[in-house]
Amino acid sequence: MKRKVPVIITFLVGSVLILSVFFPPIETWGEDFSIFFDIIAVFAFFLGGGNLLRIHSRKVYKQDKDWGFSAVTVLGFLIMLAAGLLKIWNPDGISGDVAATGSLFQMMYNWIFNPLGATMYALLAFFVASASYRAFRAKNVDATILLVASFIILLGRTPLGMYATGWIPESWNILQIPNLAIWIMTSPNLAGQRAIMIGIALGVVSMSLRLILGVERTYLGVDNE
Amino acid sequence: MENSKKISIIVFAGVIVLFFVSWISKTSGFQSTGLPFGASVRDGFLITLAAFLTLAIISFLYKDNPYYKFAEHLFVGVSAAYWMCVGFWSTFVGNFIPKVSSTLSGFFEVPYKGFDIFYFVPLILGIMLLMRLSSKVGWVSRWSLAFIVGTTAGLNLIRYMRSDFISQVSNTFVPLLVEWQGTGHFFSNFNLSISGQFVMMLGNWVIFIGVFCGIIYFFFSKEHTGFFGAASKLGIWILMVTFGASFGYTVMGRVSLLVGRLTFLFRDWLGLIN
Amino acid sequence: MSNSNIGLVISLLIIGAGLVWLLIRSLQGKEVERRIIFLFIGLSVSVPLLFNITFSEKATPIVRAVFDKIENLPEGSRILLSFDYGPTMAPEVEPMSDVMIRHVLAKGHKLYLMGLWATGQSLGSAAVERIIKNDFPNMVDGVDYVNIGYKAGNQGVLNVIVTDFRKLYSTDVNGRDLDSLPIFNDIKSLKDMDLLISVGGGFPGVKEWVQFAGDPGNVPTAGGCAAVSAPLLYPYYPSQLLGLLGGIKGAAEYESEFKKRYKQFGDMPEPGVKMMGPQTLAHLVIMAFIVIGNLSFFFAGKGRRK
Repeated sequence: MKRKVPVIITFLVGSVLILSVFFPPIETWGEDFSIFFDIIAVFAFFLGGGNLLRIHSRKVYKQDKDWGFSAVTVLGFLIMLAAGLLKIWNPDGISGDVAATGSLFQMMYNWIFNPLGATMYALLAFFVASASYRAFRAKNVDATILLVASFIILLGRTPLGMYATGWIPESWNILQIPNLAIWIMTSPNLAGQRAIMIGIALGVVSMSLRLILGVERTYLGVDNE
Repeated sequence: MENSKKISIIVFAGVIVLFFVSWISKTSGFQSTGLPFGASVRDGFLITLAAFLTLAIISFLYKDNPYYKFAEHLFVGVSAAYWMCVGFWSTFVGNFIPKVSSTLSGFFEVPYKGFDIFYFVPLILGIMLLMRLSSKVGWVSRWSLAFIVGTTAGLNLIRYMRSDFISQVSNTFVPLLVEWQGTGHFFSNFNLSISGQFVMMLGNWVIFIGVFCGIIYFFFSKEHTGFFGAASKLGIWILMVTFGASFGYTVMGRVSLLVGRLTFLFRDWLGLIN
Repeated sequence: MSNSNIGLVISLLIIGAGLVWLLIRSLQGKEVERRIIFLFIGLSVSVPLLFNITFSEKATPIVRAVFDKIENLPEGSRILLSFDYGPTMAPEVEPMSDVMIRHVLAKGHKLYLMGLWATGQSLGSAAVERIIKNDFPNMVDGVDYVNIGYKAGNQGVLNVIVTDFRKLYSTDVNGRDLDSLPIFNDIKSLKDMDLLISVGGGFPGVKEWVQFAGDPGNVPTAGGCAAVSAPLLYPYYPSQLLGLLGGIKGAAEYESEFKKRYKQFGDMPEPGVKMMGPQTLAHLVIMAFIVIGNLSFFFAGKGRRK
């Protein structure tokens, strides 16, 4: 029951979605399953939010280490949730876009969510620079090829590449760095990415088959949970 | 310990003072553009808040500190609620409610699409998914997970097979002689122009051989010796060029994000650039 | 000498001096604190920004392919643009969506906005306020453009709307029934679109649009993506993906091409072009870091090993 029924569900749903491509009469079943998937995905968001609330509320209640920051998480979560679910200050009321201009939800998105998320990723520029100085070494032929290719791309993707090699005549213009960068992207890079893509596709197909046929059951977890 | 506590208090006081200075100056800035007082105060506060949250995250570069932790925890809470709200209104209210209840459709002001009993399936599976929060009945969520896994596997199998395997193999069979009009024409018009015959042919040869050698490198059921080993070596060189290109683009991407944030700080907050 | 050129000279002097110091220190085998590295990158981006250093751009073939497609479609064609990104990618990708929206509407096409990311809904609404209502005040929502917003489900959404929009989307973001909107007359599914454009870079993004919409629906598909994702999409070009704007450079190229052809938009902001100045110097600095790091490894490292 705990493991057999989920395996049967996976088999039935996966099979319908595959067969719906080949048999148009059951195409609507495939679409309906996709819609059901979309609705369940929303519950997955609720699960994530609920779990977050549970963990951080417990930390606040027990006054564990750094419980003050957990309180910040809970407060931010509840205020944003109220702003979104109740459509506070929404100019069009309950029927309007949840992210309508002037709503508290949109304000929090623009002035809290947006700056925080963007800045977190912006920090990566600093770490890439640090890694460039400390870690990238042309220790062997393979690493040297990697570095040479990255140099050409780094120069070719800026106007400096043209300024540096723009004097090269048109009949030899493959040696102009921007053109060389374009050629690298559309030939060797394409070849390497395609090889990786084909390998991944074969892996996805085999894993999907294993899941649908019930050979792979790790997603069910262990029975003592 | 006493000293570090004193420094922390001074820094905190400095941050508060700077916050209010920024708020007041942005408010007066907005007022001078003709915005009403209330809106100026609100916008001044919001832009100052965004700037200080940005600086709090950037402060991590110096070292981990309470201001960074505050900003990080705030982000976690706000982003989780954001996804919940948008998911609720767009899919739950937009797709589920119109198919199960005319009363609720009227309340949420969405068009009622007629009752469909099958829409209780995702409702039941969704509630079962929420059971994961309980340690006693958490196993019930496996049924929902099975549905999700089955859908994803079913969708991906065909699409990956078509777009990422069959199409990719098909697109690898490119002409190895491009615009061929004989060897005489080839050598008499030989040049290294990017749109020239030689470079186009070279590109196609690199694609054709590169894909095969790259795939050979990933084939581990045979020892990489002899001709197979040479092809594998060529494959890894092609992959090194690929990774070098990816690194170059990654640097570009990360720097762009930094430029975006600094543009906000210099232009919107400090007004140093137009 | 223009402000931009003065700024370029000052930037190169400051950064050049710093790099020479870094080189000497590295060759002496002395440790360089990572905060110094961070400071370098901060300066290499800040100084060009403050001096507004810009360069001219020229569209590469992969970007021009997208431009030419929109340009050559007959007026009134139906173009769908999907916002598949969040604030983390917005600085790179938003300039692309902005200029493409301008291009589509300037050419007289019908524009359909949606999103596979929850943040896409807010971004679409913001784009309507910022671009459409400002630059195209005569365009009517529901007639010339529409925003149908976000639905949860990632590629599952595409699997449905490639055969029937109305199974998943019954209203636009403002709650109006799709059947009441003239722009949705004769539109049943994605197959009725003349061009699909996905602007994003994560999951779901351009790849999923190719796999679940472009290929099965046989609809021309183009993309704009964060630089990190761009190399991964080249295998689809040009047969499955007719063109691609990769990173801020792609956005800058498109902006330049658009401004050249549409002189009436001469005053439009060019965030992509403006970001290429700091981008260029940052690239130079990172290349210098790699060279200095390798020199110190091979020369100073030898000294240490002796």
